[in-house]
Amino acid sequence: MSTMNAQLPGVFYRRPSPEQAPFIEEGGTVEPGQLVALIEVMKTFNEVKADRSGIISKFLLGDGDEVEAGQGIVEVDEA
Amino acid sequence: MTKRSRILVANRGEIAVRIVRACHTAGHEAVAVYSDTDKNARWVRMADEALHIGGSPAAKSYLNTDSILEAAKYAEVDAVHPGYGFLSENAAFARAVTTAGFTFIGPPPEVIELMGDKASARSAATAAGVPVVPGSRPVTDTDDAVRVAEEIGYPILVKAAAGGGGRGIRPVRDATQLTEVFAGARAEAQSAFGDGTAYLERALPRARHVEVQLLADHHGNLVHLFERDCSVQRRRQKLLEEAPAPDLDEHTRNELGEAAKRLGEHVGYRNAGTVEFLVDPDGRFYFIEMNTRVQVEHPITEAITGVDLVAEQLRIADGASLSLTQDAARHSGAAVELRINAEDPDNDFLPTPGEITSFEAPGGPGVRLDTALTRGEQISPFYDSLIAKLVCWGADRRQAYARARQALSEFRVEGVANTIPLHRELIDDRELSEGPVHTTWLEERT
Repeated sequence: MSTMNAQLPGVFYRRPSPEQAPFIEEGGTVEPGQLVALIEVMKTFNEVKADRSGIISKFLLGDGDEVEAGQGIVEVDEA
Repeated sequence: MTKRSRILVANRGEIAVRIVRACHTAGHEAVAVYSDTDKNARWVRMADEALHIGGSPAAKSYLNTDSILEAAKYAEVDAVHPGYGFLSENAAFARAVTTAGFTFIGPPPEVIELMGDKASARSAATAAGVPVVPGSRPVTDTDDAVRVAEEIGYPILVKAAAGGGGRGIRPVRDATQLTEVFAGARAEAQSAFGDGTAYLERALPRARHVEVQLLADHHGNLVHLFERDCSVQRRRQKLLEEAPAPDLDEHTRNELGEAAKRLGEHVGYRNAGTVEFLVDPDGRFYFIEMNTRVQVEHPITEAITGVDLVAEQLRIADGASLSLTQDAARHSGAAVELRINAEDPDNDFLPTPGEITSFEAPGGPGVRLDTALTRGEQISPFYDSLIAKLVCWGADRRQAYARARQALSEFRVEGVANTIPLHRELIDDRELSEGPVHTTWLEERT
């Protein structure tokens, strides 16, 4: 298992908008480059993409939580 | 509100500092609010009382109506000033403030609602005899789109009804291109905004963005305080603004002012507001939208008219008459505002939160710096990127630019990349200083 960390500080979102489904659920499979979350920094939205393949075992942050650069955001069971 | 009131400043940053100053100048008390991050901020230190309203993300503090109302009740304020951004154009917030027994320092909630909706704002403008950009009802298929486009005239923009902030717009030059892109544009709108409704609007190439400042009291007085040119934009975000609009003939200036007043009167406007227009190279103008609040760029109007707009907002909310009539409104000289943002112009304007390690403010005649920041403070990732607004006035445009050039040479902000170097370049740009420029000038230039 490994942890993906935030590259930027800001506000963390798991979905494109409040009414829409999350980019990926816990238990879902990801490939490198796949969009998993957004971090809002100064009103701009930055995409968080998977840098490895595997199964998302746990999100360490909830929608709308504040996040610091370098903070763990998601745990991945690597394939 | 009474002669000496307590006013809750429901905002942060430079505009909170600006409002606290205006409250004190008018003899009122100012109550500040702050999030976790802003505990030791300048407006908090300046206010007579300050209340914590929640976590750093705006949704948990400055956008939280309940927390702000609770603060207002606890501090026993008389009125709430929303500033710009956050809840300033939220009709439900304005209504909640009023229902809770406080004065909302802004227009009536129903006016915020009316002007906040693109379609109803357009209808109101048309009803007031103010020209709008030729456009259409929603169009559903390609044949329909081609028919409607013929009526409007090319070039046109295909716009997603649910889009905003410059997103969901496709420029189209003729029927062939419209046929090619229309279905795709609708599909894109559906996937991006969850709504595939599209409409067409005439594109106005090389148009300028010119807006008119209004003030209206509760005694039937409504004045315009001339115009600002906000054509220097990047992705529809303003970077540099000027007042008055350079090279605008007196006839067009008067027509714009009168059109803005007609709209204000038609909708029963109160307090400070701005009517935005596009002005084409032939001097024809079209309404785009109305901002029902004080704007970021209000100081350049203050610089050329000598009117303190926030003080007027407080007077109006207090039930007093405006301090001037239209006949008494004058403008003198020229002013330019440079937005210094924590963004890296060399790296696609990437936001640059972080600590300000050095801060040296400029000065001199005609130079005003509105900011909440200083050395050692953090630029937070949670809010917008504005570090400071540098406002320079001169007896004419040439002197305003010369003072801005000097002020920029003195201004030092270190620790984070910012837009000062870009402004140094812009202020020396011959095309800009010979002006006017249009809204896509900067993007075409870089």
